[in-house]
Amino acid sequence: MALTLLRGMRTPVSLRSNTGLFFNVLRPRLSHFTTRAESAQATEPKAVPKSIQLATKEAAEQNTQGFEAIIGIETHVQLSTVTKAFCSCPYDYGSQPNSTVCPTCMGHPGTLPVLNERVVECAVKLGLALNCEISMTSKFDRKQYFYPDLPKGYQISQFDIPIAKKGYVDLDLPVEFGGGHRKFGITRVHMEEDAGKLLHSESGSYSQVDLNRAGVPLLEIVSEPDMRTGIEAAEYGAELQRIVRYLGVSNGNMQEGSLRCDVNVSVRPVGQSEFGTKVEIKNMNSFSEINRAIDYEISRQIMLHKEGQADQIVQETRLWDESSQKTFTMRKKEGLVNYRYFPEPDLPEVVLTTDYIDEISKSMPELPEAKRRRYENMGLSMQDVLFLANDDNVAHFFDSTLEYGADAKLACNWIMSDIAAYLKNEKLSIHETKLTPLELSELIASIKNGTISGKIGKEILFELIAKGGTVKGVIEEKDLVQIADPAAIEAMVDKVIADNPKQLEEYRAGKTKLQGFFAGQVMKASKGKANPVLLNKILGEKLNAK
Amino acid sequence: MPPPLQAHRLLISHRRLPTPARRRFTAVSSLQSAPATTLAPGPATSSILSIRESLLSGERTAADITSEYLSRLRRTEPSVRSFIHVADAAAEREAEELDRRIASGEKDAVGPLAGVLVGVKDNLCTKNMPSTGGSRILDGYRPAYDATAVRRLREAGAIVVGKTNLDEFGMGSTTEGSAFQVTTNPWDDSRVPGGSSGGSASAVSARQCVVSLGSDTGGSVRQPASFCGVVGLKPTYGRVSRFGLMAYASSLDVVGCFGSSVFDTATILSVVAGHDKMDSTSSSQDVPDYTSKLVSLDLLESKPLNGLRIGIIQETLGEGVDTGVVSSIKGAASHLEQLGSVVDEVSLPSFSLGLPAYYILASSEASSNLSRYDGIRYGRQVSANDLNEIYGESRASGLGHEVKMRILMGTYALSAGYYDAYYKRAQQVRTLVKESFKNALEKYDILISPAAPSAAYKIGEKINDPLAMYAGDIMTVNVNLAGLPALVVPCGFVEGGPVGLPVGLQMIGSPFSEGSLLRVGHIFEQTLQNFSFVPPLLAER
Repeated sequence: MALTLLRGMRTPVSLRSNTGLFFNVLRPRLSHFTTRAESAQATEPKAVPKSIQLATKEAAEQNTQGFEAIIGIETHVQLSTVTKAFCSCPYDYGSQPNSTVCPTCMGHPGTLPVLNERVVECAVKLGLALNCEISMTSKFDRKQYFYPDLPKGYQISQFDIPIAKKGYVDLDLPVEFGGGHRKFGITRVHMEEDAGKLLHSESGSYSQVDLNRAGVPLLEIVSEPDMRTGIEAAEYGAELQRIVRYLGVSNGNMQEGSLRCDVNVSVRPVGQSEFGTKVEIKNMNSFSEINRAIDYEISRQIMLHKEGQADQIVQETRLWDESSQKTFTMRKKEGLVNYRYFPEPDLPEVVLTTDYIDEISKSMPELPEAKRRRYENMGLSMQDVLFLANDDNVAHFFDSTLEYGADAKLACNWIMSDIAAYLKNEKLSIHETKLTPLELSELIASIKNGTISGKIGKEILFELIAKGGTVKGVIEEKDLVQIADPAAIEAMVDKVIADNPKQLEEYRAGKTKLQGFFAGQVMKASKGKANPVLLNKILGEKLNAK
Repeated sequence: MPPPLQAHRLLISHRRLPTPARRRFTAVSSLQSAPATTLAPGPATSSILSIRESLLSGERTAADITSEYLSRLRRTEPSVRSFIHVADAAAEREAEELDRRIASGEKDAVGPLAGVLVGVKDNLCTKNMPSTGGSRILDGYRPAYDATAVRRLREAGAIVVGKTNLDEFGMGSTTEGSAFQVTTNPWDDSRVPGGSSGGSASAVSARQCVVSLGSDTGGSVRQPASFCGVVGLKPTYGRVSRFGLMAYASSLDVVGCFGSSVFDTATILSVVAGHDKMDSTSSSQDVPDYTSKLVSLDLLESKPLNGLRIGIIQETLGEGVDTGVVSSIKGAASHLEQLGSVVDEVSLPSFSLGLPAYYILASSEASSNLSRYDGIRYGRQVSANDLNEIYGESRASGLGHEVKMRILMGTYALSAGYYDAYYKRAQQVRTLVKESFKNALEKYDILISPAAPSAAYKIGEKINDPLAMYAGDIMTVNVNLAGLPALVVPCGFVEGGPVGLPVGLQMIGSPFSEGSLLRVGHIFEQTLQNFSFVPPLLAER
């Protein structure tokens, strides 16, 4: 069956370059950016290179003088349901072309869509998370156009009655970008199905259709035109990513296309009430690219305004080109696109009950915004708050550690420094390591009560995180209990002094810096376990004794 | 040429029925005496029961029965041309397999439709059998699955004998719109069998198969049933799963059944009806055994339809309707009165609005449903140098004239700026039509009308006059707009052809009232005397 799909479809080179629809969606990602939710592994707070910070500030301060940018975003989130939206095919990113297809998602004659209830559940969850009004009755519509990746010749979508509308999202801008709280409006959230993919031959003489992705459920989230800068837009996208990951409705992975943002940008002189001509930008594969693409586009449009060429800003779709850091025209829009929407006759209306919605709202996890406010109230810095709340696995780990009685600031420090460094090196997510919140809390307690030193604590941490086990077990196994018995330390001090008469002489001759040498020797003799405070106290007394 | 027969003049009350007729029916249903031949004159008898009894008694084998039908098919097909594809070898194989299972005493070998040859309209998908929808664009296409209705028939033991001809994708009223061949009417080979399920109707009429499946979007089962003198049932929307039916107008399409008797029609409806998880618009309403309420002739009371309120739709007997048709329907009405029912004239004020609303809605949905025939994944693909050319050429050469015209009309009606004036307005009319039926069906149990304004007309007569052809759907489209069930039973003849042309009576009921329609239809059929709806074609030997 799958073979029938691989029939060559010949498209001319000219068509391909003209429409530019065939961009590579798998570009390598630049990683020098701090909008964090982006990668599941990016758990270390990264300092933003000065150059980018400056560039952004310059863009904000110089280029926008007298002008204001208006930004709205359409985001497509691919849901991680077990089966597709309207048939029982699975979807696994990266599987063999046309291996997860059936007559229904291939648009064969006579097939009918049957709605996957999980899609509605995900939509209601996201609608609630975005503070939307949920439509008790909504419906599906057909959006019609011809393209080889669209098997039925129409996409099942929602047109005039989306499942959720009129919401908002709260977020905090990164500290490096000046920080600040923002609230952006959400116009609507609606359910629809994804299209397949075209694979183009290297020669460009033919194309092939892969329908694995056809029929995969999507939620489209349309924002109000509330954003003004690239960083605001990027943070909006990152917050959506955090929310869908917190809710577990999507992996939110931009590289796999599970989260895709199309951005509308227009510019107007400050004080003007009507919007300028808007330009759509596509092909950003990270939040960093969204930020830079928008800032580039804003400067381009302002430049045209300043040069008196505002009429050259036309309604069009532009593509972001990461290598040249510019946007380029992909296609101009000729008037209004006519999708001939009409109600999908194959699907009944989607009717929800208040019980159903109540059930879902009860099952909602704590969302990023609520977490951030809670962490803030614990007295953590905004830097810490944003880091912890960025990844729900990290936040969950942190919260569990606190439940075992650990101090918030100490737990946060461990997570943000040594643990984050380890995760970054090993490219792991926190829940994939052997370390448990209970053991981290034990570790913190053992240092606090003096059983081990902080230095030993680090050693134990790396042992636990790589191999697992308990703090107590590692301490016993490696005999790491701190030596705090003054007599034992005194004996070791005595031996070291006795073994190093020359250095003792030099010390007593005034070279007091040598105390460090003696301390090191004692620590070595104790295998690092001697209580450093006690050691230095006793050592000082002995060295200075006549 | 004989004068048109007048049903009321020939009507003999059921009480005075000659005994042989009574006995025949009793014998069949009690499975005792020799099976009636499928060509018995007089009141229609159930071929399905007769086949079942033969198999159970061991009197005939499935192979014998299959060969009887196939030889008749081979004899009549050159003039009728009902089938686009005949699966005779497969049918013979399946019949032999059934005989083996019966011989080895397998318990469930004789399913409710064991050994019953069915014809399937070619817009219903059949696994490993061509399914073209009557269109060039699907020439050679073989689906990977059976339509739910077909699967259920097969599971009940039926043997699919072939795929019947139709107007391309169900768009037409004559079956002349098929990309492959023109089917003729078994009553007169110069006439159309009606459409779009013309092949399914003519195949049953010529007894090329026992029963058949069709589809009805605006009358495509009922009008050809009337033209060919067979029983045709358009069930309530959602009663039978549409899964596997190539969509023409999704909100109107239903899978329907043809039989040479009401009993047979009821039998296959019982098998194919019911909820299907593959069709979200299929109803989960319980499916009764539609044959259980069919009372045999000898057990009928003197006035079996006592208390039944029947409304005869005024608007269907006026101008533009053949006088012969009108008198047949009036004759049928007086027959129904004699059976004890009360027949009144009833007016459906929105009746004339239905036709334009239907053509807007059906075309709109068709323009969308047919988008999938783009030459990319299956079916006809023209070699071309760019994408638009592939689409344009594949569709231009793959789709027929009528289909293109409806796609264009539908595309226009759905376009931004026209949507409100056409599609939306047509939906409003649809609501009015529904309401007007609902009101009438509160006062009457059943509404009756002709199934078409005329009997079968000549091949080519309306082929260049689409408006005249569309006007012929006036009797039936309203029922689809309202989603109601309707049964067509042959009720008489008008002048024409070698022996006259059959006329069908349409009985319309409330949603899911198929049971009572079939019961009334069965009584009507059993008590209608001196009409034989076996076409002359079959007597020619």
